Amino acid sequence: MNPFSSGTRLRDMIRSIRACKTAAEERGVVRKECADIRASINENDPHDRHRNLAKLMFIHMLGYPTHFGQMECLKLIASPGFPEKRIGYLGLMLLLDERQEVLMLVTNSLKQDLNHTNQYVVGLALCALGNICSAEMARDLAPEVERLIQFRDPNIRKKAALCSTRIVRKVPDLAENFVNAASSLLKEKHHGVLITGVQLCYELCTINDEALEYFRKKCTEGLIKTLRDITNSAYQPEYDVAGITDPFLHVRLLKLLRVLGHGDADASDLMTDILAQVATKTESNKNAGNAVLYECVETIMAIEDTSSLRVLAINILGRFLSNRDNNIRYVALNMLMKAIAFDDQAVQRHRVTILNCVKDPDASIRKRALDLVSLLVNENNVKQLTEELIDYLEISDEDFKEDLSAKICSIVEKFSPEKIWYIDQMLKVLSEAGKFVKDDVWHALIVVISNASELHGYTVRALYKAVLTFSEQETLVRVAIWCIGEYGDLLVNNVGVLGIEDPITVTESDALDVIEDAITRHNSDMNTRAMALVALLKLSSRFPSISERIKDIIVKQKGSLLLEMQQRAIEFNSIVDRHKNIRSSLVERMPVLDEATFNVRRAGSLPASVSTMSKPSVSIPNGVAAAPLVDLLDLGSDDILAAPSSSGADFLQDLLGVDLGSSPAQSDATQAPKAGTDLLLDILSIGTPSPAQNSTSSIDLLSTTDYNKNPSIALETLSSPAPPHKATTSSAGMFDLLDGLSPSPSPEATNGPVYPPIVAYESISLKIEFSFSKTPGNPQTTNVQATFINLSPNTFTDCIFQAAVPKFLQLHLDPASSNTLPASGNITQNLRVTNSQHGKKSLVMRMRIGYKVNGKDVLEEGQINNFPRGL
Amino acid sequence: MIHFVLLVSRQGKVRLTKWYSPYTQKERSKVIRELSGVILNRGPKLCNFVEWRGYKVVYKRYASLYFCMCIDQEDNELEVLEIIHHYVEILDRYFGSVCELDLIFHFHKAYYILDELLIAGELQESSKKTIARIVSAHDQVVEAAKEEAGSISNIIAQATK
Repeated sequence: MNPFSSGTRLRDMIRSIRACKTAAEERGVVRKECADIRASINENDPHDRHRNLAKLMFIHMLGYPTHFGQMECLKLIASPGFPEKRIGYLGLMLLLDERQEVLMLVTNSLKQDLNHTNQYVVGLALCALGNICSAEMARDLAPEVERLIQFRDPNIRKKAALCSTRIVRKVPDLAENFVNAASSLLKEKHHGVLITGVQLCYELCTINDEALEYFRKKCTEGLIKTLRDITNSAYQPEYDVAGITDPFLHVRLLKLLRVLGHGDADASDLMTDILAQVATKTESNKNAGNAVLYECVETIMAIEDTSSLRVLAINILGRFLSNRDNNIRYVALNMLMKAIAFDDQAVQRHRVTILNCVKDPDASIRKRALDLVSLLVNENNVKQLTEELIDYLEISDEDFKEDLSAKICSIVEKFSPEKIWYIDQMLKVLSEAGKFVKDDVWHALIVVISNASELHGYTVRALYKAVLTFSEQETLVRVAIWCIGEYGDLLVNNVGVLGIEDPITVTESDALDVIEDAITRHNSDMNTRAMALVALLKLSSRFPSISERIKDIIVKQKGSLLLEMQQRAIEFNSIVDRHKNIRSSLVERMPVLDEATFNVRRAGSLPASVSTMSKPSVSIPNGVAAAPLVDLLDLGSDDILAAPSSSGADFLQDLLGVDLGSSPAQSDATQAPKAGTDLLLDILSIGTPSPAQNSTSSIDLLSTTDYNKNPSIALETLSSPAPPHKATTSSAGMFDLLDGLSPSPSPEATNGPVYPPIVAYESISLKIEFSFSKTPGNPQTTNVQATFINLSPNTFTDCIFQAAVPKFLQLHLDPASSNTLPASGNITQNLRVTNSQHGKKSLVMRMRIGYKVNGKDVLEEGQINNFPRGL
Repeated sequence: MIHFVLLVSRQGKVRLTKWYSPYTQKERSKVIRELSGVILNRGPKLCNFVEWRGYKVVYKRYASLYFCMCIDQEDNELEVLEIIHHYVEILDRYFGSVCELDLIFHFHKAYYILDELLIAGELQESSKKTIARIVSAHDQVVEAAKEEAGSISNIIAQATK
C-alpha cells in the first residue's frame, strides 16, 4: 500500500457501501466518499488518481453523478505508464459518452497512443476509440487506424479492424479508404483477425456500393473457401463450441456471403454448394449449431433464387418450429415472416403450429406469432383464423388483449368476406376487449353499420344483447348507444329479422335502460355520456310513448358538472319541450356515412382540423348569416368519424350536426326551415338576423351536407339552388366567419365560386368590409372590394388605406373611390390579391388606415386573417 | 451490432454496463430501470429474448446474475447467446469459478475482459485462450509497474524516516 495515500481503499469502500442497510445510508457513504475524492482531486496527487477513478467508476455504476471525475480520466490517459492509461481509458469509456465536449480533449492523447511504441498502449487506445469515438474524432484519427490494420501483431490488427467499423459507421465517406486494408484481412489465418475483418467488410458493403462490388468480385471465392475449410476442419479445442468449430466465424462469414449473394446470381451460384453443406451437416442439438443454421437459412433466403436450397431452408424452419426450446421457436417464427414472401404455401402448412404459438405463455413468442399470423391471413382462411384468435381473446392475459384485439380488428377489416360477418366479429372483439380497442376501430365499425342498411335491425339487436352482458366495455357501449339512438325503432319493432336470429322482445323502456345506464354510470367517460345524450334526443322522437321519461333523464343532465353536457342537456330539453313539431325531422336517421372518405382520412390519420382536402365542401349562398349555423351544425358530416382525438364536445356537436344536416334532405324541405333556423339561432342565442334570408340559407346549407360525397341523395332530395360547382367553400372558412356576424346582403350572382363577405376590421369609428369575387379562369387571383364605413358622427378626411401581405401573395391596390369619408357614409376601394400558394395557404393581410378627423391624425391598424378558405 | 451490455443482479443491482451506442446518462438509467423490470420478472422457462423499443434484448441468467445484450432486429439472437456464454466462460476461467462477489470487487477486471471480447459492439475474438492470455499479460505489466513503484516509494519512505 502506498504510504502517502490517504482515504480508504477501493475494496473498503465497496465493503462499506455493501454494508449499508438502507438507501439513505448508502447515499451518506457515497457522499462522504465523493467528498474525499474531490478533495483528493484538488490536491492533485498523481498517486491517488488511479484509485480515485476506480472508486468513481463503482459509484457511477450505482447511478450517482460523477462528472467531476472526468478530467481525472484525461490526466491518467496523458500519464506515461500503462497501468494509469489502462484505468484512464476504462474510466473514459465508462464515465463519458461520445456527446460530451470533454471527449474532444482526448483526441490528441489518443493520437499519441495510437503511435505508441508499446503495443498494449496502442491496443488500449484502439479499444477506447472503437467504443466511444464521435464523428469528428473518427475523421481525425482514421489515417492512424487505417495504418494499424497492417500492424505486425494480430491483436492490434483485429482491434484496428473493429475500430474501423465504428469509424465508417460514423463517417460513411471514409469507407473507400478502408476497402483495400479490409480485403487483405480476409486472407488471414488468425480467427480473431478473420472475424473482425469479415465484420469490417460486411460493414463496408452495407455502406458503400462500390465496396460491395469490389468484394463480390475479388473475395467471394476466397470467403467460400474459408467457410468450407472451417466447416470441414478437424476438432480444434481452442475454437470448438459444442462440436462446431468457431460458430462465431461461421455466422459472420454467412452474413457477409448474404450481402454478396443478394441481387447477384453468379455470386449466389458460387455459394450454393457450401450453403447446402452447412445446412445439412450442422448439428442442431446445441445452441451453437442452431445459431449457424439460423444464419444459414437467412442467407439462403436472401440470395438469388435457388429453389432446392429454399426447400432445405423451409424444412429447417419447420424443424425449428416444432423444437421444444423456446428460443428456437422464437427464431423460427422470426424467419418464417421472411419466408412467407417467397413461399406462402410452405408457411401455411405450419399454420396450426403458429396459431398455437399465439397462445404461448411467453410474451415474446406470442408477439412474434401474432405478427406472423396476420401475414398468413388470406380470403380463404380468414374465418377460421379469426375464430381461433377470438376464442383465445376470451382467455388471454389482460396485457396481451390490446395487441391481440388490434390485430384481429385489422385482419377482420382487411379480409372480411361479408358485412354481417364483419359486424359479428367486431361485436365479439368489442365484447371481449372493448376497453382496449382504439377509437378509429369502432368509428370504422359505425361507418360499416351505417352502410349496411339491411343489417341495421340485426346489428342493433345484437348490440343490445351484447351490451347487457358486457356493459363494462366502454367502446361496445358507445357503439350500442349510437345504434340504439339511430335504430331504436328497429330494435323494439323487430324489423328486418334475419333467419339466424333468436327472436327477442325488447320494450322501449328496456332500450332506454341501456342508455340511462350508460349516462348515469359513474365510470362512463365524457364521450360516452355525450353520445348517450344525443341518443336520448333521438329516442325522444322514436319512442313517443316514453318521451316523458326520456325528458327526465335529459333534465337530470342539466346539473352535470361538465359544461358541455350541461349546455347540451339544456338545449336538447328545449328541443324536446318546445319544438315538438320539428323534433322528428331534426332527429331523422343519419345519412349513410361515406366509407371511402372515412378510409382516406383514417389512412392519412388526418387530424380533426378542418383544412384538409377530403373535407366536404359546402355552398353557402347566403354568406355571413349562415356562419353561426355552421358553427352549430358543423356540416362536415363525416366529422362524426373525425380523428380519434376529437373531444367529446366536438363529437357531440358533430353527431348533432349531422342529424340536423340530414333532416330536411329527407323530410319535406319546405316545412321545417324557418322554424328550424329560429330554433338553431335560439340555441346559440346569437342575434337575430332576418329570418327570411336565413331560412333559405338554412335549406341550402342543410340539404347540401352530403352534396359532394353522395350526389345521388343530393339530387333526389335537394331543393337547393346551389349547383355543385359552387360548393367550394369548406366549412372551415365558415368557422372563421363567426366574428363577422351581421345581417348581410345576398351574394352577388357571379359565375365563379361564391365567397361570403367578411368584416375585415371594426373599431368604434370605422368598419371595413371585404367582399370577394374571382376572375373566371384565374383561380389564384381574388378581387376584393373593400368598403369603408364611417361609424362616427365626424367626417374623415385624407383617408389612406395601406395593406401588406406575406411573400406568397401579391397585392395590387386600385385608387379609392374618394379620400373623404363622410359621417355614416362609405367609400370603396378595389384590391387584387394573387395567391401563389392557391389551395395550400389562405390569405392573410395586415392593414393600416390613416385619416384626419377634426384636423387630428388618426391611425388604425389590424391584421385580417378571417379570409374565407380557398381564396 | 450490440448496443449495450448490461449485468444486473437478481435484486436489480447493476454490476456492469457498457454502452456502444450513444445514450445520455439519463437515458442510461432509464434503460436500466425499464429493462431490469422486464427481464427480472420473466419466468424461468421462457425464451431468452425480449423485444424492446424496436430492438431485441438477449439475456441469460447465470446464478444470481442476468447478462443482457441489446441488439438490432436483424441480428442473430442465438449467436448473441453464445457470445454471452463465451464471456461467462472467460470470466470463469479468469477468476476461477466466478461468482457475483468477484464481479463486484473486481469490476474493473470484468470490464477489461469485456474490452478484449467486444469492440464497437462487435465480437473481437473467438478464442477464450487468446483473451485470457492478453488480459493476464496486461495484468503482469501492471503488477510489474506496481512493484517498481512500491519499491521506489519504500526507498523514499526509508530515506525520509
